[in-house]
Amino acid sequence: MAESLLEVVDLTVKYLTDTADVCAVDRVSLTVEPGEFLGIVGESGCGKSTLLFGVAQLLSPPGEVTGGQVIFRGTDMVRLNRDELRHMRWRDYSVVMQSAMNALNPMKDIGAQFKDALQAHGRLSAEEIRKRSKEVLALVGIDAVHLGSYPHQLSGGMRQRAMIAMALLFTPELVMMDEPTSALDVVAQRSLMTKIRELQQSLGFAVIFVTHDMSVVSRYSDRVVVMYAGQIVEEATTERIFGKPLHPYTRGLINAFPSVIGPRRELLGIPGSPPDLARPPSGCLFHPRCSDAMPECVTHEPELYRIGDTTVRCLLYADQAREAV
Amino acid sequence: MSRVRDADETTNGADEQLLLRTVDLTRHFRLGGMFSKQILHAVDDFNISIREREIVALVGESGSGKSTVARLIDRLYPPTRGEIYYRNRSIRRLRSRKDLLAYRGEVAMVFQDPFSSFNPVFRVSHGVLRNLALHRPELGRDERKREAQRVFDSVGLNAKLLRRFPYEMSGGERQRVGFAQALAVRPKLILADEPVSMLDVSIRAGVLNMMAGLRDQEGVSLLYITHDLASARYVADRVIVMYAGHQVEAGPTETVLSDPKHPYTQLLLSAVAGSREKEELISADTGEPPRVINPSEGCRFRWRCPHAIEKCAQVTPRPSQVGSVQVACHVAAGDLGDVATPDGASITRGRS
Repeated sequence: MAESLLEVVDLTVKYLTDTADVCAVDRVSLTVEPGEFLGIVGESGCGKSTLLFGVAQLLSPPGEVTGGQVIFRGTDMVRLNRDELRHMRWRDYSVVMQSAMNALNPMKDIGAQFKDALQAHGRLSAEEIRKRSKEVLALVGIDAVHLGSYPHQLSGGMRQRAMIAMALLFTPELVMMDEPTSALDVVAQRSLMTKIRELQQSLGFAVIFVTHDMSVVSRYSDRVVVMYAGQIVEEATTERIFGKPLHPYTRGLINAFPSVIGPRRELLGIPGSPPDLARPPSGCLFHPRCSDAMPECVTHEPELYRIGDTTVRCLLYADQAREAV
Repeated sequence: MSRVRDADETTNGADEQLLLRTVDLTRHFRLGGMFSKQILHAVDDFNISIREREIVALVGESGSGKSTVARLIDRLYPPTRGEIYYRNRSIRRLRSRKDLLAYRGEVAMVFQDPFSSFNPVFRVSHGVLRNLALHRPELGRDERKREAQRVFDSVGLNAKLLRRFPYEMSGGERQRVGFAQALAVRPKLILADEPVSMLDVSIRAGVLNMMAGLRDQEGVSLLYITHDLASARYVADRVIVMYAGHQVEAGPTETVLSDPKHPYTQLLLSAVAGSREKEELISADTGEPPRVINPSEGCRFRWRCPHAIEKCAQVTPRPSQVGSVQVACHVAAGDLGDVATPDGASITRGRS
């Protein structure tokens, strides 16, 4: 197998507060292959955005990486200092934030913001900057006249597209996206996703896509990681996750969605709410909400078991995994 | 083609079940100063009827005017033109405090954002008890407490939670408190403005099921405002699709969603992940926002419409009956005027 583009090994992120250390990301390991579309899903508060920030080295206090490695093209990003990271940002990897409204500078037009990013990584003539800015805007389907527009003059969908154009200025190998479509309308959301997928396939960059929306993931990603309370609970290919979900939490997430096609069925949802990570429950973190909970779930903390090409963190599969070995 | 009103068959109070109807409801906003000539048409000539024990979904993208409709019905602001009739009485004529209280006791609103619609310095019981004191003065102190426990129970919350402060509750719990507050006054109609859009998927199902339960057990009607067709399908009996302040399509939920007639409804439906057809509709869509500031005559969807004909730029389409649904589209209604297109015939057949 070729070398992975990104390898996250036992990454742990804690929020260090006066009263308690909250473990928001708990020993998460995952890999991203070049050109892959990886979806990370979970409810709010499950640590998915914190994981992304931890990988991108964008955490600010009280959040802190307390353990593990983030190996991007052979270098451990956790050990890099600010200057070294600055050279990599935009050029080697870029991040698209959830709300472009807050991520774009309201005082500068789009062209000026593109220029800032381009100039940070080399001397380019005004002509070259203009040419490249036009190119990336054309990629996301925005007319070049909007280089002179300010963020408030663009619609929400266009702002999000402009952010994505900015992330593609240097055609990085990895683009991380934190719910880029959740603030958009259904139609705008769908057309933006189609665009992202199209660009990803034509330019060949890898995407880590964080979302709470299972339906987005089911359509666009190659592989899915499901997170709960800071831990990975299931990881598999998209077909496998939706065809045969193993973890009760994954099943719950999938069943929580109404559909516009097919027969109407009762939505079950998942009772209760995610645990307070300052005082996590014993054993399996999901047991208080789990419909399949067994007595040992309260006492035993499940590991990640490998079942075929799926990994799942649930005691239901402990025996099956042991037999396989 | 005659113009069909939603309430046509139910005028003169013939329909006992009819709770609320609007006639040519219109709301414009002036942008900028007093002398500004920029008028935003948020809602234009909107007709809706809601019967007892019915969930009506109002679906549209942001800026389509769906929240404005709810706010007009809630009397948060007055209509520019048109009337709202509640049990065949125009709510414009409600002037006295007694009448207004009575109306607000029957029509209650639940807001979109459970994080900003509660006063953070009061316990959540405050809103419920206050509503009870205002609208049901016959109840004594202890009865109010019991009643508060009952409404909490009916929205699936433990009565112990009454003593919590808003910050101590999750989004799903707070949204349920919003419904409990509304229910405390024993309303006949709840206006729910995107009640689940800010909630996590795992909690959404619970709130949607609760809404259906309110209809079935408490006999409440709901106006469910959403941009999510899938959840509208899950709970609503009828669905009304809005675009740029106009009603573009209305009818029984299953009929509208299984065979959408209006090109905008078709676009919306194809945008919902899960339906795998019509990818090309999305790719072709420009996503251009509707022009509702000083709009000219003509269909407001025509810039994005793949089937637009010349007439669409000249005459604003009015809702007309096609089968069991109402569609405001020249092409779908087969009302092609002088210009016939081969496309026109194909679209009335709907999705194949």
